[in-house]
Formats: sequence, structure tokens, C-alpha cells
Amino acid sequence: MLSKSQAKLFFLLATAGFSGVFLYLTVDTMRQVPERSHEDLLTDQVIAGKMLWEENNCMGCHTILGEGAYYAPELTKVYDRRGPVWMRTFLKDPQAMYPGQRKMVQYDFTDEEIEALIAFFDWVGKIDTNGFPREPDLKVAGVVPTSTSASTGGPPAPDTFTQVCQSCHSLAGSGGNVGPALDGVGNRYSAADLRAWLADPQSVKPGTAMPNLNLGDDQLDALTAFLMAQK
Amino acid sequence: MTSLRYQSWKVAWTFFATCMLLLSLQIVYGFIMGFAHMGYDVLHDFIPFNTARATHTNLLVVWLLAGFMGSAYIIIPDEAQRELWSMKLAWVQWASLVVVGVVAIIGFHLNWWEGRKFLEIPRPLDYLVVVNVLAFLLNIGMTVFTGKRYTTTALTLLAGLTAAALLYLPGMITFDSQVYDSYFRWWVVHLWVEGVWELVMGAILSYLLIKLSGVDREVIEKWLYVIVGLTFLSGILGTGHHYYWIGTPEYWLMIGGFFSALEPLAFLGMALYTVAMARRGGRRHPNKVALTWSVGCGIMSFVGAGFLGFAHTLPQVNVWTHGTLVTAMHGHMAFWEAYAMLNFAMIAYALPEMTGRKLYTHWMAEWAFWVSNIGMVAMTGAFAVAGVTQVYLERRVGMDFLAVQDAVSIHFFGLILAASLFTVGIAMFIVQFIQYGHPLKMPVAAQPGEPDAAPVPAK
Repeated sequence: MLSKSQAKLFFLLATAGFSGVFLYLTVDTMRQVPERSHEDLLTDQVIAGKMLWEENNCMGCHTILGEGAYYAPELTKVYDRRGPVWMRTFLKDPQAMYPGQRKMVQYDFTDEEIEALIAFFDWVGKIDTNGFPREPDLKVAGVVPTSTSASTGGPPAPDTFTQVCQSCHSLAGSGGNVGPALDGVGNRYSAADLRAWLADPQSVKPGTAMPNLNLGDDQLDALTAFLMAQK
Repeated sequence: MTSLRYQSWKVAWTFFATCMLLLSLQIVYGFIMGFAHMGYDVLHDFIPFNTARATHTNLLVVWLLAGFMGSAYIIIPDEAQRELWSMKLAWVQWASLVVVGVVAIIGFHLNWWEGRKFLEIPRPLDYLVVVNVLAFLLNIGMTVFTGKRYTTTALTLLAGLTAAALLYLPGMITFDSQVYDSYFRWWVVHLWVEGVWELVMGAILSYLLIKLSGVDREVIEKWLYVIVGLTFLSGILGTGHHYYWIGTPEYWLMIGGFFSALEPLAFLGMALYTVAMARRGGRRHPNKVALTWSVGCGIMSFVGAGFLGFAHTLPQVNVWTHGTLVTAMHGHMAFWEAYAMLNFAMIAYALPEMTGRKLYTHWMAEWAFWVSNIGMVAMTGAFAVAGVTQVYLERRVGMDFLAVQDAVSIHFFGLILAASLFTVGIAMFIVQFIQYGHPLKMPVAAQPGEPDAAPVPAK
């Protein structure tokens, strides 16, 4: 039967042995991480973004690399999923994008801070994560919003359209299903009406679910031109 | 009226009272988050979700640590058969822990933190934590080394607490890369809860079993070695289950998967150990409540920490469940059953010893055990349904995050009902705690020291 001193020896050997293996693997991991995480792309801007991420405890609601809280979306691949235009629009006024839904704190980030956060997400998205998060494998065609740009034969879609508008609206069967489809929208409205609508939806139709996204003049011009070409 | 065996125990009581207070506050913040998940985020402007979350988890860590410290202030003098090295230092250490905790919690409400999961306490306060823990270790260390006897139980407890303090340090290194940040953050978080805290747990359980079951100390301490040996055998490389998806090499999938699968063994050992010892000793000690919490802790930690942890650390499962409410399911049950119940067991044992009021088989104490445990099992069920639904709809079907959250919000109603039941159980425990009175004015025995429940064989 096992004696107390044998049990003690088992404890000491297991602890020392596996600590040793763990330290060795840590050293080996340190050797591989620079390449796997593209450390050469770790710019000051990315680091500034990481600081903002920590100072505001973003992990208190979101996850990144799957770590954090489960109140707000996973952000490892957010750069690929949403794109910089969407992120810029969203971070300027997080509550405008999803009116009446779950709220994000209004941080009033400066433009510089927003760019740093986007750079951070871009960098994180490039880390080799052994396949996390995995692509949905039970996806049903036609039900799930995608944000690939539609090819309608007209002028190329501005990034604002593919990243922001198509989160909710579809065009040629591609995009979200929150708002109405935008096929043939150029036949239904005048350019002036569309521009006024995009600039401030609430003033045109009070109570609408369409958010005011505080788009700039350039974005409004490009979107209006693109939408008017959808005939 | 009986007298208090050690003056030192008065400090321990103060730590336990602090536990009860912080736990109550932790539950309040839990409810805030539960309602926010249901869509009633009414406190958003004052206590946004990330504040509630950081407060909830940090209160947990602080009250569990306060409980461990209180337990150490009970166990170490009793095992060393002398008063604490310095009572004054113990009081200062208690006060500073409370100050750090209060400042940290207020800071979280003012956007002052270091947003790294579980280590949200801002850096300047980290240094205070280090000073605090050093003071604590100095005190119990000196007590052990100048004591009348060295016991395995006391040394294991001291080793566990010292290792916990050392492992706090990697969490204080600043990294530019999110990968390293995460890698070394788990040195603190994982190697605490699935490593050295189990050492503390093993030591506290063996102290309780020695006192309550009447089984020979040598037998109990032998199995203590086996259990903590199993803990490190599986738990150290088990850290690998946090290194699947953070940018670390692929071999961690295999290593983490294999050693995580072994991790339940230590908890199974803990469960068999408590049950076997409790049966073997014929339950000599009249404190049934403490024995119930001890055995409950041993058995249920296998379910929550061991089995439910294992269930989602297999890489094939974890690639889907990682970063979803499934983690919250495992987390709640594991922390409650392993570490919260451990503190409850210690408190239930210590209160009558400290105050002389022997409410050993009070109905409310037994109901507190059952109601809180049934509540927690139901909470785990609610999290499980919400989590598994989230995994399928969001991760596998690819539905939008907010649409999925909307779909699972009803399960948070279930969660709140279950949490209410849990809260009733905790409230009963706290009422009992208050009924015992406080030992601060108790006279202290002239001759410290009391033999274990069973005679100690000569060494």
C-alpha cells in the first residue's frame, strides 16, 4: 500500500516534471508566436488601439480571441466581417447603428482613436488562430446575411454601401434582411429625396428604424449616385 | 460560555464577515447583468455591463481570497499550536485588503481599470495587492516556522498561498502583443483556479476532514499528497486549453486536450476522498452542517469544475463553444462548488468553534445548503440552454449576434428565477452567520491547542 512518503514523492515529481515541460513549451511558443502573429505588423498605432481596448475594458462585454464577456459580439475577425468603413461609422456613435437594441457605451472616441482601434482589430484578425472562429457549417442559403458586394452591372459599389448599408439591406439577393431590398431603388425615389433620407432618416420619417449614421458629404454623394444607378 | 482557543481567530471571523458582505454585493451585480441580458439594461448610464461584469468577477476573487485568508488564520495557528506571529499585522492586512477592494470597485464605476479579463484591477492597486499578500504570507509563514509542530496540512496551505502570490506577478507584465498578453494572463487565472487554489482547497478540506471525520491524520494527509499531485500532473499542462485559439502553436490542441481530460481526476479524487473519509470516520464530530458543506464541496466540484470543464475543453467542441455563454455555464458552477462551498464549509466549521454557539443541526443551515445548491444547478441549466442555443444559431448556422441574443433572452428569465432561489439559500446562510454572533468579545483560552478529533499518532 502507498505510504505517505511515496505519496509525497509522487506530488513533488509530478509538480517538478510537468512544470519543467510547461516552461520548455513556453519557450518554444515564444519562438513561434512572432511569425504566427505577424509581429512585424505590430505598429505603434496597433499598440495604441490595444491600450484603448484595455483602458475601456472592452473585454467586459466583447470577446477577442474568444476571451472576454458574452454580452457583445466576438471581435477577432470583425475587420473582415464588417470592414473599416462600417467600424468607423459604428464607433462614432455606437447606439445609432442599432436603435432600441442592446447598448454600447458612448465613448466619444476621437478620429485618431478610432483609427487605432481599427488598426488593432486588423492586426488581431491576421493572427493564426488555428481556425478559430470556424466558419458556420450549418448555414442555410438565402437566410443568412452576407456582406459580399453585389454585382449589378452598374457602377462599383462604394465601401460604405457594402460594409454599412448591406448589413441591413440586400441588393441582388446579397445582404441583410432588416431593411427592405434595394433592387430598383433608383426607380422609386429622386436623388434629392434619397440624399435627404440618408442624411437624416428621422426628419423624413419620424420613428423609422433606419439609423442616422452621420455620413459625410462625400459618402452621401457616392451613395446617392450608386443608389440612383439601381434601376 | 466557552472560550476562544486562539486570539488569532478573531481576525479570521472578520475576514469571514467580509466574505458575506462581498458575496451579497456580488449577487446584486449578477442580477444587474441577468436583467441586462433580458433587455432591461436600465442602469446602463450608471453601471454599464462591463462595469457590472468586472465588479461581479472581482468581488468573487476578493471574497474567495478573503475566505482563504480567514481559513488560513484559523488553520495555521491550530496546526502550529501557537497564536499568529503578529496580530497587529493581521488586522492591518485585513484593513488594507478592504481598502484595495473598495477603491478598485469604485474605480470600475469611473472607467478606471485595466481591461484584462479577471485582472481588471488597475496597475497601481496591483502593487498594493502584492504588499498585502506579502504581509499575509509573512504572518502565516512565521507562524508556521515558529510553531510547535509542522503538519502537511499547514505546509500545503502555505505552499498553495505562496504559489498563488508568485503567480500573480506574470499578470503584471505589460505586453504590446495581445497574444502574449493572453498567454501570461492565463498563468495567473488558470494556474490559480486549476492549480494552486486546488492546493489550498485540498489543504482546507483535509483540515476539515481531520477535525470532522476522526480519521487518522496520516491517512488523510497521504491522500492529500495524491490529490494535489494529480492536480499538478493534469493542471499545469491543462493550461493548454487556453492556448488553442490565441495565436500559439497547434501542438497545444493536443497537449491541452489530453491534460484537460485528466483534470477531472483531481476533482474526482477530491470527491472520493471526502466521501470515503467522512464514512470511515463514522461522522464523529457533531457539526453536521460543516460536514455537509465539506462533502458537498468535494462531490459537486467534480460535477462543475471537473466534468463540465472537461465537457467543453475538447478542442473539437471548444472551437464552437469558445467565447460563448457555455463558458459562463461552467464558470458559475465550478466557482460555486469548488471554492465558494469550500469557504462555506470552513465558515460552518469555524463559527461554533469561535462563538461557542453550537447550532450544529439547525434547520436553516441545512436548507441553506440545499436551496443554494439547487438554485445553482438550475442556474447552470439556464446558462447551458442559452449557451448551446447560441453555439448552434450563431456559430454553426451563422445568424447575427443580436438576433441570437434576442432568441436566448428568455433563458435569462429562467436564470433570474434560479438565481433568486440561490439567493434565498445564501440569505439563509448569512442569517445563520449573524445568529452565531461575533467572537470579538470572547475570552481566550489560557492554554491554546486542542487535539484533532482522533488522537495524533506519535511521529
